[in-house]
Amino acid sequence: MTSISTAAAREPVRWGRVALHLGCLAALLVMLYPLAWLLATSLKPADEVIASLDLLPRHLEWSNYETAFEGVNDVSIWRLLSNSLLIAGGAVLGNVISCSLAAYAFARLRFRFRGPMFAFMIATIMLPHHAILIPQYIIFNKLGMVNTYWPLILPKFLATEAFFVFLIVQFMRGLPRELEEAARIDGCGPFRSFFQIVLPLTRPALITTAIFTFIWTWNDFFTQLIYLFDPDKFTLTLALRSFVDASSQSAFGPMFAMSVIALLPIVLFFLAFQRFLVEGMASSGLKG
Amino acid sequence: MTTTAIPTGEKRATAPTTKRPSKRERQGAAWVFLSPWVLGATVLTLLPMAVSLYLSFTDYNLFDPPHWVGLRNYTQMFTEDPRYWRSVTTTLMYVVIAVPLQLALALVVALALKSMKRGKAFYRSAFYAPSLLGASMSIALVWRAVFNDGGTVDNLFGTGGWVNRPGWALLAVALLTVWQFGAPMVIFLAGLQQIPAELYEAAAVDGAGTWRQFLSVTVPMLSPVLFFNLVLQTIQAFQVFTPAFAVSAGKGGPADSTLVYTMYLYDRGFVASHMGYASAMAWVLLLVIGVVTAVLFRTSRSWVFYASEGDR
Repeated sequence: MTSISTAAAREPVRWGRVALHLGCLAALLVMLYPLAWLLATSLKPADEVIASLDLLPRHLEWSNYETAFEGVNDVSIWRLLSNSLLIAGGAVLGNVISCSLAAYAFARLRFRFRGPMFAFMIATIMLPHHAILIPQYIIFNKLGMVNTYWPLILPKFLATEAFFVFLIVQFMRGLPRELEEAARIDGCGPFRSFFQIVLPLTRPALITTAIFTFIWTWNDFFTQLIYLFDPDKFTLTLALRSFVDASSQSAFGPMFAMSVIALLPIVLFFLAFQRFLVEGMASSGLKG
Repeated sequence: MTTTAIPTGEKRATAPTTKRPSKRERQGAAWVFLSPWVLGATVLTLLPMAVSLYLSFTDYNLFDPPHWVGLRNYTQMFTEDPRYWRSVTTTLMYVVIAVPLQLALALVVALALKSMKRGKAFYRSAFYAPSLLGASMSIALVWRAVFNDGGTVDNLFGTGGWVNRPGWALLAVALLTVWQFGAPMVIFLAGLQQIPAELYEAAAVDGAGTWRQFLSVTVPMLSPVLFFNLVLQTIQAFQVFTPAFAVSAGKGGPADSTLVYTMYLYDRGFVASHMGYASAMAWVLLLVIGVVTAVLFRTSRSWVFYASEGDR
């Protein structure tokens, strides 16, 4: 490349860059609109919600949040929030422990039927949840666990989310084997090797698993809808659903105030861990 | 590494001849690590699959014992249940609208971001955010309001509320999915960045313009990633539930126009207590997803290019 040709190429390229940025910003504005609308509506008084075309409310109606904090069906929002947190926290703990154990076996240990079992594990990533949903429900029903949190948490301790097992396997395969080999020569068994060498190095994959599990469990609706009946045991997501059924215009403000509260943890997680999230997503299917 | 002496000392008492743990011991350790997964895979995946296959040939309401009816559920589904077919066509339409639109948008944005020097990380995260938020009930409710009578879309385009019009409600649901194009975009972007720059340089030397480079370098090199996204998004789209549930207030309306497959399955199984019928529906879904995935894999041979194959 000669300097003449780069100099000649610079001007049009720069204008292309500007157009590119403008295009991206315009797309972002359109995409962020629903979020802005949500925030604005949560602060609008009832008569303005539909009547007014303005995005910004004429005055801020904080009482929507006061109403939202009183909760739904006589259940306080703190209760709903702690229910959601309990389920999401349990799911995170379960997935991180069980998926990393299984992943280590698949990535590093030799055992009979390893190939077919790994193939089966990969296949379950594609398995539609609905094919096993009804018998699972029957099992939990027989165990007397319907309308408790067990059906939402217990499966995570049994590594049923194969996606994360796969994610961690892919990550572990990228770690240098020499470390474990050196440890083995020093007399380190597979357990010490796992806990003291592999697990600490796998931390990025574990964090990705934890964050995704939290957000997906927090957002989950279907499983909670099926297993939980008592308003007392509802999560924020389920409580929002009760708003849907009684969707009168007057409940709009409080409903969207509660929606904002329900979104807040995800937004905070996203802001704090966006690097892990975006890179975890990008690496999930590409390596190996 | 001063601890070397301790384990060998211990070993001598039990297995004096071998330095390493025996093969059986190593197998044993593997099964300890695997045990939660094995338990989950058998009790919560394999067993339920077998049971749901069995239940699909029965009449079962959770309380009375299952009553064998043979192929009754399947024949009823295919020949006597117009709502079943409605849910099938609705889901197919949704898949055909949402998946290509979402992937096209994801690819266009990924291409735009690829060569960007400044702001790439910012845009990448910002476009990805809806993929996480959009799965929530909160955003589904926003969607319902924005596309309702008197909502923003009505005000802007005067088309009336989409969610109340049978021809349009499904489009609103599909757009919520398209809006979440960030996840496939991030995967596209990662794929684009793995294409070696030499390929573009070589193409440029050979006189290939931007368009030619796109067709001859980008498309073939990106085809495995495109295929991955296509399979993933298609499988997920067949199972859509929450957005349809929220946009139609849990009813699949108007006029069953947003009654997607899983919503009808939920309705039959958990609202009407026809667990046998719902199991039959689940098995048809499993088979359809299996067939669609197999077809995608088969056609992929003609258009997906794996660089490593060329090397061998």
